Amino acid sequence: MRSETGTRVLGTLAVAALAVLAVMALVVTPPDVNQQDAVRLFYIHVPLATVMYVAFGITALASVLYLLPRTRARKWDLLAGASAEIGVVFTGLTLLTGSIWGRTTWGVWWTWDARLTTTALLFVLFLGYLALRRTTGDTDARAKRNAIAALAVSIDLPIVHKSVEWWRTLHQKSSLLDEETFLHPHIHGSMYWTAMLGIGAFVLLFAWLLIHRYRLALLADRVEDQGLERAIAERRAEVLTGAR
Amino acid sequence: MDRVVVHLHAVVSLLGRFPALAGVDLDVAAGEVVLVQGPNGAGKTTLLRACAGLVPIVDGEAVVLGHDVRRDRRSVRRHVALLGHASGLYEDLTVADNLRFVARATRAPGGASVQDTLDRLGLGGRLSGVQVGRLSAGQRRRVAVAALLLRRADLWLLDEPHAGLDAEGRERLDDLVRQTAAAGTTVLLASHELERARPLASRVVAMAGGQIRAEASAGVVGVA
Amino acid sequence: MWHDAAVMAGKDLRIELRSRVATNQVAPFALLVLVLFAFALDPDRGVLARAAAGLFWVAVLFCALLAIQRAFAVEATDGARDNLRLSGLDPAAIFLGKAGAIAAELGVLEVLLGAGVVVLYNRALHGPALLVVTCVLATIGLAAAGTLYGALAAGLRVRETLLPLLLLPVVAPVLLAATRASEAALGGSPGDGWPWVRLLGVFAVIYVAFGVVAFGPLLEESS
Repeated sequence: MRSETGTRVLGTLAVAALAVLAVMALVVTPPDVNQQDAVRLFYIHVPLATVMYVAFGITALASVLYLLPRTRARKWDLLAGASAEIGVVFTGLTLLTGSIWGRTTWGVWWTWDARLTTTALLFVLFLGYLALRRTTGDTDARAKRNAIAALAVSIDLPIVHKSVEWWRTLHQKSSLLDEETFLHPHIHGSMYWTAMLGIGAFVLLFAWLLIHRYRLALLADRVEDQGLERAIAERRAEVLTGAR
Repeated sequence: MDRVVVHLHAVVSLLGRFPALAGVDLDVAAGEVVLVQGPNGAGKTTLLRACAGLVPIVDGEAVVLGHDVRRDRRSVRRHVALLGHASGLYEDLTVADNLRFVARATRAPGGASVQDTLDRLGLGGRLSGVQVGRLSAGQRRRVAVAALLLRRADLWLLDEPHAGLDAEGRERLDDLVRQTAAAGTTVLLASHELERARPLASRVVAMAGGQIRAEASAGVVGVA
Repeated sequence: MWHDAAVMAGKDLRIELRSRVATNQVAPFALLVLVLFAFALDPDRGVLARAAAGLFWVAVLFCALLAIQRAFAVEATDGARDNLRLSGLDPAAIFLGKAGAIAAELGVLEVLLGAGVVVLYNRALHGPALLVVTCVLATIGLAAAGTLYGALAAGLRVRETLLPLLLLPVVAPVLLAATRASEAALGGSPGDGWPWVRLLGVFAVIYVAFGVVAFGPLLEESS
């Protein structure tokens, strides 16, 4: 199957990119002036965060496509779910790497940095969405509910962002400026390109994971769907066999 | 003779992935009282709910009271009255509260008809101030029937209306059905009890396996 | 449509009148929360007074959860959803009516909690204009988002545990903004508070609009 070869190529590219990234991040690039080697976490933290937004963006978009009557199809619901699942994992990793970073540079496991806090909230928001997806009920009803829920969460994101950012910058004291530099170091040269490569590599990884998860969901859905014709025939035959 | 109130042709309706209605053909003319008879699981409830515009129809033609129910389920709802298994009444509200809500929501003319309806069903007086949660099943049924009357609908959809009623309740309901049919309302009645319901009907159809199987006037009914 | 919304809100408020759940259960719960905060945060060290605004809004959130759960529990009766659909009421009106009733109940609870904070935490009220506007907008936002999520979770067996998980993160910005605005009012510098009020306004508008649009499909979804 052509698509299988396509994904295999994608997978290989992803692995290759990640390998190069590992080399660049761990060996080639220099340690940061302020943070020493801790800055190397940056090369996966930022890509993880970027991919997180991509994932949730796909969830929102797929939800819209499901709700519009012209493009309604169950596959969009499945795609939204697959993307959110992977997105949540990446979000968790973003939080983890952010926390480790904070620990190594500042000695604390958590800073109420605007971005980290927003990420934490996003994490819980999408965990809730996934919990909703797992409820029982009629498939079409569930799909509609999922789509509306995804959009209800998505419209909240800009507000969450703005409010948390505002909140934290209002507490601007000199220490926070240092916090800014630690968490968002100025990067240049090889560090910049490594970061870009990181984003690229993780996007490839995400795409590969998404395709596989989505395919799994499609197959599972197809197994449930026995085919309307047969179900109707069985239904009509009830009166003859007396079965139910 | 007159206009067709319900026209169903090859109607398929799914509950989840299960085809509750697997190709229903039924035509009901204005003023008829049609009894849909069949065993449990035949699809009678879904048939009534489809006519009320409550369940999606995925195939076939379905026109009820002039509305294309397949394309726009919501259009017909206001014009039918459904008496289902569950009353859907608010337990904390009194009988009168519940009926007033129905009257206001359906824009039926105000206070006077709520009182009239209460009286007509023997719910006036003390009972009207009792919270529905405290009523017996039979009494709740009566309140549900009162709500039915308040809607002033042209099509009544009655799902096992005799269930849970005692002899007096059943007689009262039968009288009501006869009166309303005489006044021109069309009635579609579903029951698995042939003997009790047959006297009310001008026509009987049998349903099984998601389809209408046999038609007869209110005489002998054979299942295909 | 406004008539329909009023009919719906009237029905919900009448249910409250008959069952007195908000007065007999939620209001005492609200006061209880304030007392529990005092147990958790030593009243003698001034923490309570300083944190009063935040504690107030957290208590409001808890009450909102209860109010929303209750509002949808009454609609969980077998057949109630069918009746709503058959009633011919515009779904947008049903949303507005339900949210309106919840907002009204929350408003009363907030007055109660406000009195509680003044008395129990020894915090005087200042900046009434800012406080009132904050409460109004925050309440509208909470009621709208709450009604939306209440409907999403309605009818599910796991409704009681799912609703808080779904709703609280979504209304976190409301908690944030309302607390900051309230603190600004209480602290005598209302100028700092008004920008937060704008955020509350945006939240309220977005969720009222979304609720109005999304409620129709949500009401439809089951059999």
